Amino acid sequence: MDLFEYQARDLLASHGVPVLPGGVAETPEQAEAIAREIGQTVVVKAQVKVGGRGKAGGVKLADNPEDARARAQDILGLDIKGHITHKVMVAQASDIAEEYYFSYLLDRSNRTFLAMASVEGGMEIEQLAVERPEALARIPIDASVGVDAAKAAEIVDAAGFAPEVRDQVIAIAISLWDVFTKEDATLVEINPLAKAPDGTVLALDAKVTLDENAAFRQAGHAALEDTAAADPLEAAAKEKDLNYVKLEGEVGIIGNGAGLVMSTLDVVAYAGEEFGGVKPANFLDIGGGASAEVMGNGLHIILSDPAVKSVFVNVFGGITSCDAVANGIVSALQHLGDEATKPLVVRLDGNNVEEGRRILAEANHPLVTVVDTMDGAARRAAELAAA
Amino acid sequence: MSIFLNENSKVIVQGMTGSEGMKHTSRMLASGTAIVGGVNPRKAGTSVDFDGTSVPVFGSVADAMKETGADVSVIFVPPPFAKGAAIEAVDAQIGLAVIITEGIPVHDSTFVWAHAQGGATRIIGPNCPGLISPGRSNAGIIPANITKQGKIGLVSKSGTLTYQMMYELRDLGFSTAVGIGGDPVIGTTHIDCLEAFEADPETEAIVMIGEIGGDAEERAADFIKANVTKPVVGYVAGFTAPEGKTMGHAGAIVSGSAGTAQAKQEALEAAGVRVGKTPSETARLMREIIAG
Repeated sequence: MDLFEYQARDLLASHGVPVLPGGVAETPEQAEAIAREIGQTVVVKAQVKVGGRGKAGGVKLADNPEDARARAQDILGLDIKGHITHKVMVAQASDIAEEYYFSYLLDRSNRTFLAMASVEGGMEIEQLAVERPEALARIPIDASVGVDAAKAAEIVDAAGFAPEVRDQVIAIAISLWDVFTKEDATLVEINPLAKAPDGTVLALDAKVTLDENAAFRQAGHAALEDTAAADPLEAAAKEKDLNYVKLEGEVGIIGNGAGLVMSTLDVVAYAGEEFGGVKPANFLDIGGGASAEVMGNGLHIILSDPAVKSVFVNVFGGITSCDAVANGIVSALQHLGDEATKPLVVRLDGNNVEEGRRILAEANHPLVTVVDTMDGAARRAAELAAA
Repeated sequence: MSIFLNENSKVIVQGMTGSEGMKHTSRMLASGTAIVGGVNPRKAGTSVDFDGTSVPVFGSVADAMKETGADVSVIFVPPPFAKGAAIEAVDAQIGLAVIITEGIPVHDSTFVWAHAQGGATRIIGPNCPGLISPGRSNAGIIPANITKQGKIGLVSKSGTLTYQMMYELRDLGFSTAVGIGGDPVIGTTHIDCLEAFEADPETEAIVMIGEIGGDAEERAADFIKANVTKPVVGYVAGFTAPEGKTMGHAGAIVSGSAGTAQAKQEALEAAGVRVGKTPSETARLMREIIAG
């Protein structure tokens, strides 16, 4: 889960990383009130989870509270690369003497954590890494040891921070490691880390990505979720513990196992090329169990998507046998009754497949077509969606 | 031969007395696996009956190894306790620890990986279906009745795609099929399996199944080019996955230009791997190779 800047800032501040005073506002009035409290020039920043806010007009300075209100008025509602701005952060503006970069992240390729730091901040780090790789220190961190004062000093010195900011940056490196580990983050990035004219180093903007697998021990993280932005179908699916992602096409997809479902999306998209570019409408993995209840919940979500024209149920009976899956489909359709209005193409393979196909044939539901192969079923589902 | 797991493997189950552990221990036993014990400190000294086979429960992995000579542990322990269970297995120096558990925080799996460096334990998973050497031993949740012993080696990030591919090629059979898992940090990689299959005299050809996210397939492609002489057929899932959306597996996400299926396919093809567009086409390519 990616956080908004204001959430990241609060999280950093709660672990002792220095930030400027500020707050988040959903209305121009709230923005004005925050600016009044700060009592000096503020910066009003669009809270969207996408880069390039400044260029899109989403970051503005305001000299006084009335001005902050007007800037917030401009920015709220702004569409930045398809992200609508619902909130702005109002923070004390700071003059910047120097800009730096500091982050910790999961390095998947090397199965370790990585610190990245540079005294050349303020630009996109991907750009810096390509154009001036020598200016970006990359220090692997042993996950079983972590970052102590010595490790923090190693990172800071490798990046070449000047003596007058060294101790401050080391302290920030240690606090930021606290954020990274105690919050179960996979990315914490400060860009820019800035030196103010008085020599104080602080975090002016931050990005944090949290690991959703850690939800069981991070009780506070649920409140950070951006429920406003979630697709209503995705939200409904989440409530039922279904692994669902809304996509832009017409063929509803249900399958078991993430890899098989991803593969199903591809096969449907290939088949769809033949039928005017029909595409998958969603990703939905109902897991290994594929019980009648889960199948019913899944079908319910998919059939409530008005974009869906046909549904492809693609199940490999591995642990679950196909007769159980077939019974699940039949009883789910019974339960859905009139709600089931779109054609279903079902492909079953694996454990006890003959019995599964027999059950579906016997039920003889008018909406259900059984096709033996995954490719054939995808083709049929695409054809029905294009009809 | 086979890789990592054979008829002499002695398997223990951490978390055997939980519901998933019970279900799958029973299945592993039914497929002929030598399950020699379970581990649960609170139930040490008891035993569990599986259709007439009594399996003793030990207080620790170390005790179980000492008493039974176990060399493989399959871990079904729930996410909050999985890190502890894996560390215990590593500290006991068991040869192979297969972590089936789904939903382990990545800080925990990264810690376990770091902790295991330089030790005696190969880790497979987490969030994986385990591995099977058909007709010999089954460590995990891969259904044993899909196919038989044969000459194809399979390595895959995905469980159900593993089953699908085994099913497509069920008449040919497999030396070993390894589900390495779809998490961002896993113990055994495509490369580890490719290396082992290359060295295994019984394996004649290899199927490698990947999916979006990370750069494991690209790295595997480099490895194949330099080190693998046996024919490799590949499949990559997730061509139509949009950027920034996690597709079921915690590791299956396209970020910017990184981790796309297209890039993975191109890397594999550049290494001489024939890549199927669909699972069935991939199976067809393998048949052509086996037929010579």
